Amino acid sequence: MNGLTRTVDRRDQQEAANGTGMSTRPPQATAEPSPLPWTRRHVLDLDDFTPDEIAIVLETADAMREVLGREVPRLPTLRGTTIATLFYEASTRTRASFELAGKALGADVINVSSSGSSVEKGESLIDTVRTLRAIGVDILVMRHSNSGAPYLAARHVDAAVLNGGDGWHAHPTQALLDLFTIQRRLGNVRGCKVVIVGDIMHSRVARSNLWGLSAAGAEIVVCGPPTLIPAGLGVIDEAEPGRCLPHVTVCHDLREALDGADVVMTLRLQKERMQSGLIPSLREYSRLYEITAERLRWAKPDALVMHPGPMNEGVEIAPDVAYSVQSGIEEQVTNGVAVRMALLYLIRGGKRAA
Amino acid sequence: MADKVIMSDADMQRAIRRIAHEIVEHSRGASGVVLVGVHSRGAPLARRIATAIQGFEGVPVPVGALDISLHRDDLPRLAARPRVQRSHIPTDINDKTVVLVDDVLYTGRTARAALDALNDFGRPRRIMLAVMVDRGHRELPIRPDFVGRNLPTSRDELVSVELAETDGNDRVLLHSPGRD
Repeated sequence: MNGLTRTVDRRDQQEAANGTGMSTRPPQATAEPSPLPWTRRHVLDLDDFTPDEIAIVLETADAMREVLGREVPRLPTLRGTTIATLFYEASTRTRASFELAGKALGADVINVSSSGSSVEKGESLIDTVRTLRAIGVDILVMRHSNSGAPYLAARHVDAAVLNGGDGWHAHPTQALLDLFTIQRRLGNVRGCKVVIVGDIMHSRVARSNLWGLSAAGAEIVVCGPPTLIPAGLGVIDEAEPGRCLPHVTVCHDLREALDGADVVMTLRLQKERMQSGLIPSLREYSRLYEITAERLRWAKPDALVMHPGPMNEGVEIAPDVAYSVQSGIEEQVTNGVAVRMALLYLIRGGKRAA
Repeated sequence: MADKVIMSDADMQRAIRRIAHEIVEHSRGASGVVLVGVHSRGAPLARRIATAIQGFEGVPVPVGALDISLHRDDLPRLAARPRVQRSHIPTDINDKTVVLVDDVLYTGRTARAALDALNDFGRPRRIMLAVMVDRGHRELPIRPDFVGRNLPTSRDELVSVELAETDGNDRVLLHSPGRD
């Protein structure tokens, strides 16, 4: 590449960064900003994320990890931006880590729960998000028990919406922090064999992970009782060959699934699944699918163990595995703050009415 | 379009050696000096200055790299987010002499952001600024302490500092539009 082309390239980048081209600032007014090719305003699921977008999130999260290691992890980046967490369902780590992520970047963060707010008086979802926008919220982090609720909010409000979990559908920030944890521990996601064990059917974490892991180039195996694996998973849809479903292998035998695994991701078994007759008993489930130290030896010797939390120790995971050196579970939580900082930085919130 | 070579690789190497000597002279020795390069081209420049100092003083000088994108004052005005890189400050900078290193000094806004970013890591005894090219047009009350080349420019010109580490060769180019 000769110098001439390079100089011109740089100016083009600068003009792209300035957007409208109406800027009065000449090129290179400040150091080259090296703009990222990121145009996404909302993060609702990973089903339409490109491998490049995932790489940008992971790379930015890595820089944010360094910030979190400082004595005073507080930056002025999002000064003047207001973030609201609107949670219609219980949460510890997602909400707390979004709050810390926002504060580390200098944003103001307010927390709204369905209990104790006007939601209890019957206010509709759309009215609640409009009210939050009207008081100056730029970024809305939302969790809802109905799949699709954040999509509805994104259509009705001029603010960036981040999905903090909707029904059984999606939990994109969890999947991104899982990818980040795998990359940090194993160096690369591409080519890794990742086994997701447990209740895939009711898991938004699993669904978003299937998209994310597949875009990042992992080999995915799901394992669990047939009643907890959605029908059609792993089947190529002949009727819609254009539709790109993640390529997944389904396996009901844990030993077979874990063979050669780089990552073992186990999921929370919700106790109500037993009441609805999908599994005979918790004991039977753990007898077949609990990740114990002994069974972990079926995977690669230093396989990474992950769990999105909260854990049922002794049901889907044995306590000695959860707290072992192979476990990345605590690191997942720390990485969650870095990944959420990266997303809050990248999506840039709603533009102030100008 | 006219690209004019302002500094050759030999010019740049001489400038780096001179800046290295000036830094040591100013600080009465190399002890207590920390070089911090601003991402991305300031970082390799800082490493080269450190190598030069070690060459004639025999003392290793700690070298860091600083990301300033999270401290920029124009973030809300940019259409695209700048890439963020890890900062790396290898040593305690409290009560040290920190020399910030960058390729081009222009409006001074990068240097302002760098001062702010450095603040997150401690309180140096003194902060100085070394740049390969000072092209003028300051918008803030900031001046460099060590300069490779003072280069009067007009605002519509572009200055590119190319480094072997990032661009494959060493040279400084001035690109002037309208002189085809």
